[in-house]
Amino acid sequence: MQRFLQLPGAVVRPGGRGAGAADQEAASPVLAPEGGPPPWYQALQPEELRWLQAPEEDTIPEASLEGPGPEPGQSQSQPLRHDDLKEMLDTNKDSLKLEAMKRIVAMIARGKNASDLFPAVVKNVACKNIEDPNQLIRASALRVLSSIRVPIIVPIMMLAIKEAASDMSPYVRKTAAHAIPKLYSLDSDQKDQLIEVIEKLLADKTTLVAGSVVMAFEEVCPERIDLIHKNYRKLCNLLIDVEEWGQVVIISMLTRYARTQFLSPTQNESLLEENPEKAFYGSEEDEAKGPGSEEATTAALPARKPYVMDPDHRLLLRNTKPLLQSRSAAVVMAVAQLYFHLAPKAEVGVIAKALVRLLRSHSEVQYVVLQNVATMSIKRRGMFEPYLKSFYIRSTDPTQIKILKLEVLTNLANETNIPTVLREFQTYIRSMDKDFVAATIQAIGRCATNIGRVRDTCLNGLVQLLSNRDELVVAESVVVIKKLLQMQPAQHGEIIKHLAKLTDNIQVPMARASILWLIGEYCEHVPKIAPDVLRKMAKSFTAEEDIVKLQVINLAAKLYLTNSKQTKLLTQYVLSLAKYDQNYDIRDRARFTRQLIVPSEQGGALSRHAKKLFLAPKPAPVLESSFKDRDHFQLGSLSHLLNAKATGYQELPDWPEEAPDPSVRNVEVPEWTKCSNREKRKEKEKPFYSDSEGESGPTESADSDPESESASDSKSSSESGSGESSSESDSEDQEEEKGKSSESEQSEEESGKRKMKKRKKVAEGQGEGSSSDEGSDSSSSSSESERTSDTEEEQVEPDSWRKKTPPSSKSAPVAKEISLLDLEDFTPPSVQPVSPPTIVSTSLATDLEGLTLTDSPLVPSLLSPVSGVGRQELLHRVAGEGLAVDYTFSRQPFSGDPHMVSVHIHFSNSSETPIKGLHVGTPKLPPGISIQEFPEIESLAPGESATAVMGINFCDSTQVANFQLCTQTRQFYVSIQPPVGELMAPVFMSENEFKKEQGKLTGMSEITEKLTLPDTCRSDHIVVQKVTTVANLGRVPCGTSDEYRFAGRTLTSGSLVLLTLDARPTGAAQLTVNSEKMVIGTMLVKDVVQALTQ
Amino acid sequence: MLTAPSSRPSGLARLQGRKGEVHLQPACSGPRPKRFRLVGVPRRASAQGEDLAIHGEPEYQQLGPQPQASALEDKLLTHLNRRPVRGWRPDELGKMIHSLFLINCSGDIFLEKHWKSVVSQSVCDYFFEAQEKAADVENVPPVISTPHHYLISIYRDKLFFVSVIQTEVPPLFVIEFLHRVADTFQDYFGECSEAAIKDNVVIVYELLEEMLDNGFPLATESNILKELIKPPTILRSVVNSITGSSNVGDTLPTGQLSNIPWRRAGVKYTNNEAYFDVVEEIDAIIDKSGSTVFAEIQGVIDACIKLSGMPDLSLSFMNPRLLDDVSFHPCIRFKRWESERVLSFIPPDGNFRLISYRVSSQNLVAIPVYVKHSISFKENSSCGRFDITIGPKQNMGKTIEGITVTVHMPKVVLNMNLTPTQGSYTFDPVTKVLTWDVGKITPQKLPSLKGLVNLQSGAPKPEENPSLNIQFKIQQLAISGLKVNRLDMYGEKYKPFKGVKYVTKAGKFQVRT
Repeated sequence: MQRFLQLPGAVVRPGGRGAGAADQEAASPVLAPEGGPPPWYQALQPEELRWLQAPEEDTIPEASLEGPGPEPGQSQSQPLRHDDLKEMLDTNKDSLKLEAMKRIVAMIARGKNASDLFPAVVKNVACKNIEDPNQLIRASALRVLSSIRVPIIVPIMMLAIKEAASDMSPYVRKTAAHAIPKLYSLDSDQKDQLIEVIEKLLADKTTLVAGSVVMAFEEVCPERIDLIHKNYRKLCNLLIDVEEWGQVVIISMLTRYARTQFLSPTQNESLLEENPEKAFYGSEEDEAKGPGSEEATTAALPARKPYVMDPDHRLLLRNTKPLLQSRSAAVVMAVAQLYFHLAPKAEVGVIAKALVRLLRSHSEVQYVVLQNVATMSIKRRGMFEPYLKSFYIRSTDPTQIKILKLEVLTNLANETNIPTVLREFQTYIRSMDKDFVAATIQAIGRCATNIGRVRDTCLNGLVQLLSNRDELVVAESVVVIKKLLQMQPAQHGEIIKHLAKLTDNIQVPMARASILWLIGEYCEHVPKIAPDVLRKMAKSFTAEEDIVKLQVINLAAKLYLTNSKQTKLLTQYVLSLAKYDQNYDIRDRARFTRQLIVPSEQGGALSRHAKKLFLAPKPAPVLESSFKDRDHFQLGSLSHLLNAKATGYQELPDWPEEAPDPSVRNVEVPEWTKCSNREKRKEKEKPFYSDSEGESGPTESADSDPESESASDSKSSSESGSGESSSESDSEDQEEEKGKSSESEQSEEESGKRKMKKRKKVAEGQGEGSSSDEGSDSSSSSSESERTSDTEEEQVEPDSWRKKTPPSSKSAPVAKEISLLDLEDFTPPSVQPVSPPTIVSTSLATDLEGLTLTDSPLVPSLLSPVSGVGRQELLHRVAGEGLAVDYTFSRQPFSGDPHMVSVHIHFSNSSETPIKGLHVGTPKLPPGISIQEFPEIESLAPGESATAVMGINFCDSTQVANFQLCTQTRQFYVSIQPPVGELMAPVFMSENEFKKEQGKLTGMSEITEKLTLPDTCRSDHIVVQKVTTVANLGRVPCGTSDEYRFAGRTLTSGSLVLLTLDARPTGAAQLTVNSEKMVIGTMLVKDVVQALTQ
Repeated sequence: MLTAPSSRPSGLARLQGRKGEVHLQPACSGPRPKRFRLVGVPRRASAQGEDLAIHGEPEYQQLGPQPQASALEDKLLTHLNRRPVRGWRPDELGKMIHSLFLINCSGDIFLEKHWKSVVSQSVCDYFFEAQEKAADVENVPPVISTPHHYLISIYRDKLFFVSVIQTEVPPLFVIEFLHRVADTFQDYFGECSEAAIKDNVVIVYELLEEMLDNGFPLATESNILKELIKPPTILRSVVNSITGSSNVGDTLPTGQLSNIPWRRAGVKYTNNEAYFDVVEEIDAIIDKSGSTVFAEIQGVIDACIKLSGMPDLSLSFMNPRLLDDVSFHPCIRFKRWESERVLSFIPPDGNFRLISYRVSSQNLVAIPVYVKHSISFKENSSCGRFDITIGPKQNMGKTIEGITVTVHMPKVVLNMNLTPTQGSYTFDPVTKVLTWDVGKITPQKLPSLKGLVNLQSGAPKPEENPSLNIQFKIQQLAISGLKVNRLDMYGEKYKPFKGVKYVTKAGKFQVRT
């Protein structure tokens, strides 16, 4: 780094200064009160500037202090020369600059003030580097420049930031984002301009920039939530590839955002599972018909229907979930708090496991996590119950951890687990750590108040503790017993007697006070002992602590009122003692009490009510957790930890009553030709929601990375007309979509051109700087992109479980089911066919900026199918008497059984009356085939439609699955016959593996067919699209450009299905399918050939 | 960004970090100047809004090396810049980490680093106060609130890393970062100790400068840092001291810009090797009667990868379903794991933790050892009996070795007179810690430790019998039964050497008595 920080050697060390500078500075000449140097030296002593400082001490005339900031006319003696020098510095001739520098140095050496030349010098030192061809140097120069905390250079800094924000290199843009808060803290007047830069950078699509710019946003303009709208979906989608620190910042910002933009998911929990799909249709409608009349419908939707989760809300939840697996505790916590604050109750459970995992981390992490778990476990006890044992305490835990764990254990205790919990507590009571023991006793008290069943057990246990040798234990027990007794005093006269005896021994003031209060309160239960206790206390009154004294007065008053015969004198004695006590509280209390209880000649009106006042029944105390209601602070925040608002804490907003317009997050489609312009290329997600395939459900269609985008695109085009109503706008969307996603789609002429242009530009700009990008050989780049494609898909996967959990299930079982499913080993995997490894994700792909993308056959593979054949009719509306049923193959793993084909059944009711009790009747199935029925649909109102998922195990055959579709009144015989391509699921494979496996499947298992590809079917992406539409296969990378490879496994037996298409440019092609299952192979060949030649 | 002057005074140097600048002053031989107490310092609630200070602690007597700076600076600032100086209020100074202090166990602040403006050392007094209050070093609260700052600290390797925060920030963010700093020191210097940090003070500052920019983490991946700043070697430090050059990389790093942020580019090895250590730790609580209250297996796979180029690895297991809850290094393709239960990744270069996992308590956990114990203290007598025997239980036919038993005896224990049948024992009468180094178990003759305990006379007998903390190690065994199936490499042509090692250890293994 050093080299671009330093001035040329001659400049830096004039006249032997330099090395000694540090010492001199330590003596702090700049702070000499009379010197009055400009303030910026405080903020900055980079080495190269130190020389400027030399003359200050002696030569600044007092007058110069009056000179204002940037353009000071100071040093009036030589203004001309300075202009002169400035001019020289501003030229672009190096020799002149050097000369100027030399002169400045000479000036300084002679003790002249040259501080007004500072900006010019800075410009030459740092700014020059800002234009350096090497991106790292540019970035570092900006970092240096922005670290100089001198008001004069604000304009320069602003310029530099603006420039860097549109730099070609993402790293430089990241640095620009970092510089924004620095400049803002230097001069907050720049806010408006900085917001412009932030806005621009927010639109950036690289993962490198995302975290930093959101951080800048949070610091400069967190209130400008409107800037987020357009970038919301992009941020959600990028999230998984952002570095850990950025993830935390983005997640916490998005939590706030979601709280302002979406409706609370906790209303109408039960309806929730069913609805997201509807939401999709809703938004689809909306988007298809534009922001006109339909908008009202969408807005009204939540009001009409009980609750509909905004698809964007869902997107956020889905895309953050994989991050629970992060190695960074901060990220896990960030996701956990997001789920806690934003997710429907049924889904919050997923965070528990990850949080429990963090308990194995460093003790500081444990401390913070336990604080948050303590708060969460009050609101959502069920979530942590399965992990009860993970909160058991070890004798080696630090005390603060022990106490937090105890808190959690207490919160988790319920009717069922209380015996186990109490047994644990018993162990803890014997601990050597007395603070911990005290906390345990309190915890027992809390359990006893909360769980009535064990109250007596706890009480007895606590009474036993009264004979403990340790006074602290006894004292704490007394305090807790007092609280418990207050709940049912009548039954416990014995315990009160026992406690009364303890007054002789216990010295802990709180405990003594508690006993006295108890005796006084329940003196009628211990009529004989009470006066005696008072006698003893009167004797020792002067030596007692203040709280004890107050309770003695209290006791005396109560006894006087109930048993004045025995205690009158004692009471008077006590009150007299108290009258002269040193503590004014006690004196006051004594005076007050005397007036109340002793009838005097003035006969205060109150004294008649003394009994009512003193002996009023008092409500039992509620033993509450100190973590109760702490969740009004955003979890995971510093404020939550401290239970006090920290500086700069931003309140977590309440959910809005009505959802704000969701269309603000729709992103404009960039114009085709301008695509190469980074700023204009905003993410566009709209088409996802308007994708007309209901069968793929909301989960994937919302997932808007270019793969699935283009995939769904290709899909919907293949089944045109199947959409709801909006085929026109749909196709428009597709068009635009292609434009967007085809950064790499070479088949399109335009994009090809554009790409060329871009490539050239990149080569110019980044060539020198980024050797690694270019240096990395093609294999590495492909393998990298493979990774990113995977991470992109992650966003899709986890949700498929959630979606398929039956809609009716209650919260707890769902959570459980999810965790169980988590373990499930989906061999025929993934929602989407595991897409070919060559896919480049949005996020990292833009990082590459076309550097490493070879234009070869890898590119078109961006297309991967979302689902197979379009909707098929199961039951016609006429035959079904108003009930129309369609089905689609969703190509997602069926959650219950990986061997089953997941079939989405769409019902719609076009009759006048509601259809009730839709379910599957006794199926008549060929041997081997089995069906997992969908949960019964209770009622389908007229005009409504619903979707259900069922699984069918076709046993790797195309036999027909016949079953009955029953309503309350009717039965319809229906059948589903799968196309052969749906009997398989894609597998991930490398080229080598593919070849190896193919080698094993020759002879009988190999089926070959020659064909001629029509002209319309020669571009890569069409071929891939056609094949993947026919068969649910995943693309395998391939070295040669004319060959396409796909791989999959049959669902039931898991036999490999390998498909190779060798296409010559002339159109001649050869299709090979290798599979053990010859029937499937033959049929597949037939289907594929048909699809390709049509 | 700013590096220390290359010609630096030799010998121990005391450092003062100031406004991002490193100053080296002649060594200050004595201990840290007397800690200034906070007696009488008014603790204003929180009126940050009104002070216009560069330093956040205007009302402190600044006894340190920055005497009465703030007030004067303020004056000058307002004087020189006619327009109102805004943006200096603490709440506008930006978030995240402001300063870092490293403090050793005896309470010396031996290194400080400021990213924004200087915060006086005196802010650490709040930390010392909390430290005094806590009986144990581990009990210092990680987050302390002071009138103008928040202190977030971690305790690592007998050092406290105390960071100064001014505004709301997720505490775990800071804690995680501080641990990352400590990890980096460990990685660079082999240990994270005061001596190592002092010896490599220039590198330490360079690292801190790169890791945090304006208080926000910048480069934290070890692979990238190592490209920016070379780790010290003896040879290099000799060369540097002769030539006066520094450890800053001469060639500019490319790593930050590669599309794989955790791997440096252009890695070359003559021997290409990939080693994986599967380390499983058994966390358990065994109750008095010998039954298991709680048991869980916590595992990690640590990798040491020395492979040239850009290898793409996939590691598969025989029984991946065992892994219940997994957390990943960012290099792992989450999706592949989800769909195929295969770990597929382009590794960072060098050592790193690939995954950590948990085998949940739902599965039965084999407990390899049992302990028979009889510890008793006689009433009204100043002695007690102590007798423990260790034996193998479910050890899968492997030898259990490296057994150590640690017992925190009650305070009243004065001394212990024991005889081990095997190994050796020590009892520290100050900390009351009994350590018995057993070694291996031979089933023929079970190791035992018997004898008398001397108690303080007159003191009541201890309530609780102490828990026994047990350490052991079993080589070549993963107790969960996890087995690596195969490691495949793609993307490179050469054939690497691959190795997997299994170890089972006791984690937090506690026997209640």
